[in-house]
Amino acid sequence: MSRIAACFLGLAEAGRQALIPFVTAGDPEPGVTVELMHAMVGAGADIIELGVPFSDPMADGPVIQRASERALAHNVTLHDVIDMVKRFRQSNAQTPVVLMGYLNPVEAMGYEAFADSAAKAGVDGVLTVDLPPEEGAELVSTLKERNIDTIFLLAPTSNAERIKRIDAMASGFIYYVSLKGVTGASNLDIEAVSAKLAEIRSISRLPLGVGFGVKAPTDAANLASIADAVIVGSTLVKIVEENAAEPAKIPGMIGEALSAFRRAMENAV
Amino acid sequence: MLKNAVSKASNNSDFDELLNLPDEHGHFGPYGGCFAAETLMAPIDELRQAYEHYRNDSKFMAEIDADFSQFVGRPSPLYHAERWSENLGGAQIYFKREDLNHTGAHKINNTVGQALLAKRMGKTRIIAETGAGQHGVATATVCARLGLECVVYMGSEDIKRQMINVFRMRLLGAEVVAVESGSKTLKDALNEAMRDWVTNVDDTFYIIGTVAGPHPYPAMVRDFQAIIGREARAQALDQTGKLPAALVACVGGGSNAMGLFYPFIADHDVELIGVEAAGDGIETGRHAAPLNAGRPGVLHGNRTYLMETDGGQIIETHSVSAGLDYPGVGPEHAWLKDCGRAQYAAATDTEALDAFHEVTRTEGIMPALETSHALAYAKKIAPDYDKDAMIIVSLSGRGDKDIHTVAAHEGIEI
Ligand SMILES: Cc1ncc(COP(=O)(O)O)c(C=O)c1O
Repeated sequence: MSRIAACFLGLAEAGRQALIPFVTAGDPEPGVTVELMHAMVGAGADIIELGVPFSDPMADGPVIQRASERALAHNVTLHDVIDMVKRFRQSNAQTPVVLMGYLNPVEAMGYEAFADSAAKAGVDGVLTVDLPPEEGAELVSTLKERNIDTIFLLAPTSNAERIKRIDAMASGFIYYVSLKGVTGASNLDIEAVSAKLAEIRSISRLPLGVGFGVKAPTDAANLASIADAVIVGSTLVKIVEENAAEPAKIPGMIGEALSAFRRAMENAV
Repeated sequence: MLKNAVSKASNNSDFDELLNLPDEHGHFGPYGGCFAAETLMAPIDELRQAYEHYRNDSKFMAEIDADFSQFVGRPSPLYHAERWSENLGGAQIYFKREDLNHTGAHKINNTVGQALLAKRMGKTRIIAETGAGQHGVATATVCARLGLECVVYMGSEDIKRQMINVFRMRLLGAEVVAVESGSKTLKDALNEAMRDWVTNVDDTFYIIGTVAGPHPYPAMVRDFQAIIGREARAQALDQTGKLPAALVACVGGGSNAMGLFYPFIADHDVELIGVEAAGDGIETGRHAAPLNAGRPGVLHGNRTYLMETDGGQIIETHSVSAGLDYPGVGPEHAWLKDCGRAQYAAATDTEALDAFHEVTRTEGIMPALETSHALAYAKKIAPDYDKDAMIIVSLSGRGDKDIHTVAAHEGIEI
C-alpha cells in the first residue's frame, strides 16, 4: 500500500479528515522549505503538497505565481525540490509528500529519470496540473511502477464520463477544484461543492480532497463534513510572501496559521 | 514523452499523410495534443465538437466566405515584386498581400472564423491574447461587428512597443488588459487569457491568435488561415502557369506560415521555408527561434519545440518584432521540421530592419517587422534560384504599427 493510501485508511479509521497544506518549494528561499515542512507536520498536516516552481503557472492566481517567481529567482529546479523531499524524509518516514506542478519540468528531466529520483527521495504522489488523463498514460504507468500515486484534478465542469476516466487512472486521492477559476480565487460555494462531491462519490471510491477556495478555518470546517481532505494553498503562501524578508519566522507563522485550520476541522466533526 | 520522435516520414509519399493530421486527439506525430487543466477540458471539448460540426456545415462555411470577400477584402493579390527581384538578381519574388486585408494583416482570417463560431455556440464574451496587437485588433474588429464583448490581454512590454494598436483596440470598444507577470510579453498574455477562460468558462470563447494552444486550436486556426495558400496556389498557376519553387513566411506561432504552406504540402517540389526571429543572433541566446535552437516540451496546451532551460523553465525571448516574440511554435511546424517537409531558418533584428527599408523603398510596400524577417531570408536565398523560378513570400502584415519601433532604432523621435 502506498503511503498516501495508508494515511487515508488511518484517518478513516479514526474518523478524521486530512489537512493538506500547499507551499511552493524554495519560496522565499530554498533554505527554509525542509524546516517549513516539519513545522507543518507539527501543526497537524497529514499530507504535504509541495509546489514545483514553473515559469508559466497558467492555473495559478497571482499569489502562487509570485511564489514561483521568488523560488525561480533562486534557480530552484525540480532536482532541488526532490532533494528537499529527501532531506525531509531523513527525519520523517510517515507523512506523505505530493509534488504539484506543471508538466514541462518533468518532460525536461524525462519521465523515467524523474520517477526514479522521486521514488528514491520518498515522494509519494505527483500532480501535474496540465496533464489530463488523455495524455497521461505514460507518466502514470512510469510512476505506478515505482509505487508513486498520480493525483488528478476534477472540476465543476467535469462530467460523469470524465469522472470515470479520471477515476480509472488516479490513485491516492482525487483533488476536487472547488470553483471555476485559478488558485486563490474566493467564491467557495459549499452547497455546490457538496452536490458535486456526491456525484463523484457515486463513481469513485478514492478519497476526495477539496482545494482552491479555502481561505479561512471556517471554510475548512465546512468542508471537513463533506470531504476526506481539505487543501489550503494561497492563504499560506500569502503568509510566506508577507514574511519573505525574514524567512526564519516563516515556519512558526505557517505552523500557527495551520493549527487554526486543524482546530476548526476537529471542532467541526 | 517523445515516443515516436525518431519515426520520421522518410520519403515523399509519406508527406501526403501529413495532410490528414492531426489525428483525432490533436497529435502531429509526437507533437500537439491537449495539455490543459481539468476545468478547461469541458469547454475545449465543446469547442472541438462545435468546430467538427460547423466545418462540415456548408451554410457556416459560406458565411465565412462571404465575410472573407466583403469584410476582409479577399482574395488578396499575389503581387510580382519586379524591381526588388531584379535587384536581387535571382528568383522572381511574389508577395501574397495579406497586408491588404482589413486591419492590415492575415490575423483577421482567423478571427472572422472563430468569432462566427463563437456566435453559433452562443458565447457572448470573447477573450484574446496579443503580441504585436494585430491579433488583438483583428479580434476587437470582429467583436465590434458582431456585437460581442471583447477583452484583450497584452504584455505591458508589448503595450509600450505597440501603442497604436492598443489605441485602435480601445477605439473598437475592446478592453485591453496589461499583463505584468513573467516577461510581460506574448507568452504571459496567453497565460493570463487562459486564467480568464478558466474563470469564465460558461459564457466566454477564447480566440487564440496562432496555430498553438490545445487541440483543436492548431488545426482550426490553420484551416481558417489556409485560404492564404489556396488563393496563392491558384493565383500562381493563373498568373505564371506553374507552381512556385519556394514559399517563405515568418514564424511566430506560425499561423501565416501554416496557412500558406498547408495547401502546398502535397506539392513535393515546392520548398516550404519558415523564418524565425534570430533577435541579436542565434549564437547570443537572445532570440525567439525555438525550431532553430530549442527542444521539445509542453507549454500552452501542446507539445512542441520550446525555448527553455535544462530544467524546463521557459526562457525569455528577444525580437525587435513583438509578434514573433514567443518561446514556442505551433506543433504542426514542429512535425513538418522533424519530417523534413519544411525547413526553418532565422533572420536577425538587423537583417529584418534592412529588409523593411529595402522593400519599402523599392516596392512602395511597407511591411510589418514580423514580415520583414521572411523578406530578409527571401533576399538571402533569391540569388540561388534561376530567374524563371518563383518564390512566394507571405506579406503577412503592413508596417504602419511598427514605425515607432523603426524610428526608435534609428534614434529618431516622432
Ligand atoms: C504581421 C504579422 N505577421 C506575423 C505574425 C506572427 O504570427 P504567426 O506566426 O502566427 O503568423 C504576426 C503576429 O502578431 C503579425 O502581426
